[in-house]
Amino acid sequence: MNTKILGAFAAVALLAACSSQETPKPAPQAAMNKGPVPGSQEDLVANVGDRVFYEFNKAALKGAGRAANNMTTLDKQAAWLAQWKMNNVQIAGNADERGTSEYNIALGAKRAAASRDYLVAKGVAATRISTISYGKDRPVALGSNEEAWSQNRNAITSVR
Amino acid sequence: MTKDAAIPMTCYFDTKIGRRGLVAGSASMIAAPTLWARPAQAQATAVIDVDKARTDPIPIAIPALAGNGGEADRIGRDIAMVITNNLARSGLFRPIDPAAYIGKTGGTTGDLVNFQNWKAINAQALVTGKVDSQGGDKVRVEFRLWDVLPGQQIQGTAYTTTLSNWRRIAHIISDVIYERLLGEKGYFDTRIVYIAGSGPRDRRVKRLAIMDQDGENNRFLTDGGFLALTPRFHPTRDQIAFMSYVNDRPRVYTFDLASGKQAMLGNFPGITLSPRFAPDGNSVIMAQTTSSGADIYLVSLAGGARRLTDSGAIDVSPCFSPDGSQIVFNSDRGGDQQLYVMGSDGSGVKRISFGRGRYATPVWSPRGDLIAFTRQTPDAFAIGVMRPDGSGERILSESFFCEGPTFAPNGRVIMFTRETAARDARGNGFSSRLVSIDITGFNERAITTPTDASDPAWSPLLQ
Repeated sequence: MNTKILGAFAAVALLAACSSQETPKPAPQAAMNKGPVPGSQEDLVANVGDRVFYEFNKAALKGAGRAANNMTTLDKQAAWLAQWKMNNVQIAGNADERGTSEYNIALGAKRAAASRDYLVAKGVAATRISTISYGKDRPVALGSNEEAWSQNRNAITSVR
Repeated sequence: MTKDAAIPMTCYFDTKIGRRGLVAGSASMIAAPTLWARPAQAQATAVIDVDKARTDPIPIAIPALAGNGGEADRIGRDIAMVITNNLARSGLFRPIDPAAYIGKTGGTTGDLVNFQNWKAINAQALVTGKVDSQGGDKVRVEFRLWDVLPGQQIQGTAYTTTLSNWRRIAHIISDVIYERLLGEKGYFDTRIVYIAGSGPRDRRVKRLAIMDQDGENNRFLTDGGFLALTPRFHPTRDQIAFMSYVNDRPRVYTFDLASGKQAMLGNFPGITLSPRFAPDGNSVIMAQTTSSGADIYLVSLAGGARRLTDSGAIDVSPCFSPDGSQIVFNSDRGGDQQLYVMGSDGSGVKRISFGRGRYATPVWSPRGDLIAFTRQTPDAFAIGVMRPDGSGERILSESFFCEGPTFAPNGRVIMFTRETAARDARGNGFSSRLVSIDITGFNERAITTPTDASDPAWSPLLQ
């Protein structure tokens, strides 16, 4: 069961690696004038994707809705981290407000760990990744509806 | 009861720096004036039980204590007001509106009571007293509790203390009234430690704060430079265990109230959370996160830790039974969060919650008879209680969001967090408040706090 899942992950990674090779980086001249500095947090957010999403009360990376692109995002993060070897990152796990606070801290930690474990499986050194959980105390969307909650069930990668 | 009135005795309730950092005071029992000293009958004074008082709150008159001028007059009025508010908020007393008082009450002391005037307004109990400024900062507060119908003194006590201690004297007197009339300990001379919240939700500042149980004497204990969560009182010492995000390393810390000193508890690689002191005060039970969830540990304050669960699921929010023999916690090992009870060594785990929804944040009543919890269903959250074997579940309060019950030390009242939903995408309309409710589900009241508030923990009775 486990090896099967790992196999699936590896396949996805290969595809991702191919597609990134097929799409050449934009000309450096353009980057000099506009856009984020390559290798920066802003670069991660704009060109890679700094976050993955989770289904309600779940910490699995595979999911529907916002979570559908999780593997692609993490594969891109792994490739980006392979390129920018000086960058260490923190993965912060978060939960929506529809849960008790102590449980949500543990759930956020589990979500961050799931993202970290994936990146490590993709070859990122475990020592480069730290994790933290904010439970439901650092929501990115401030509303009290499913639209906001689905955004707040996440793990966000940031350069440290 | 009669012994108190007949034999003068002295006891010190606050011999060193008190749990509030206040100056020492002393209390002594005072005898009833001879005219009303009828011990044999005083013994027969009706004690109304709490169940009866819920349906029929005790009518009680609490006129201002008589001062000997100046500051003493003001303190006499303020003490009566604090007692009135305490007893009214309990829902078990019905303080009579002073506007209904008949005759002269300003100078009411033991030897001036005209019981006819109090009977006429149907007062069942009467509080009288005086405040004597004794020069400098010293003050003597004398109070008597009367059974109006027979005209008998139930209790008489004098407290010598400092002016600044007046509020605490009012709480102590409130507890004496509660105990003498209801036959069980009160909970007014207690404090609440909680989390004060401010600022927008995505950059929420959460500070450790402490206040008296009635919301007065609010004090912020941390500056908001890091997130602080879930504080809990030590059973006897002036100490709190809480979760701190200082240095971006979320861990359980102890906080010493007298010195303000904070210390990380244990040395764990994972996040540690949901601390609660063991009843003996020598250790803390808490959870540590792992890649797959969280495990429960018993961590000694002297050093050393022992893992009690290893389910591969999220096991959090452990709480000891008051006798220390059992632990209740919540776990999603069976799929959804449910409540489980196990022995204090982690043996014999047994699920106790089987109702509709997810169950969380269990807390054992100081009386041992109930476990309070948060229940989550798809549309609402609720605070409820059940017996430790899981039977007799009752929901006390339900709303968009509530969680985290804490018991008053006499097990009669629960306080918890209630949040309102944001009404727009900017988070407007969100609020977080503390609410108290009787364990029968009646007498729900909001607690006034200077900022938003959450995560309340009730202290034991102060010593």
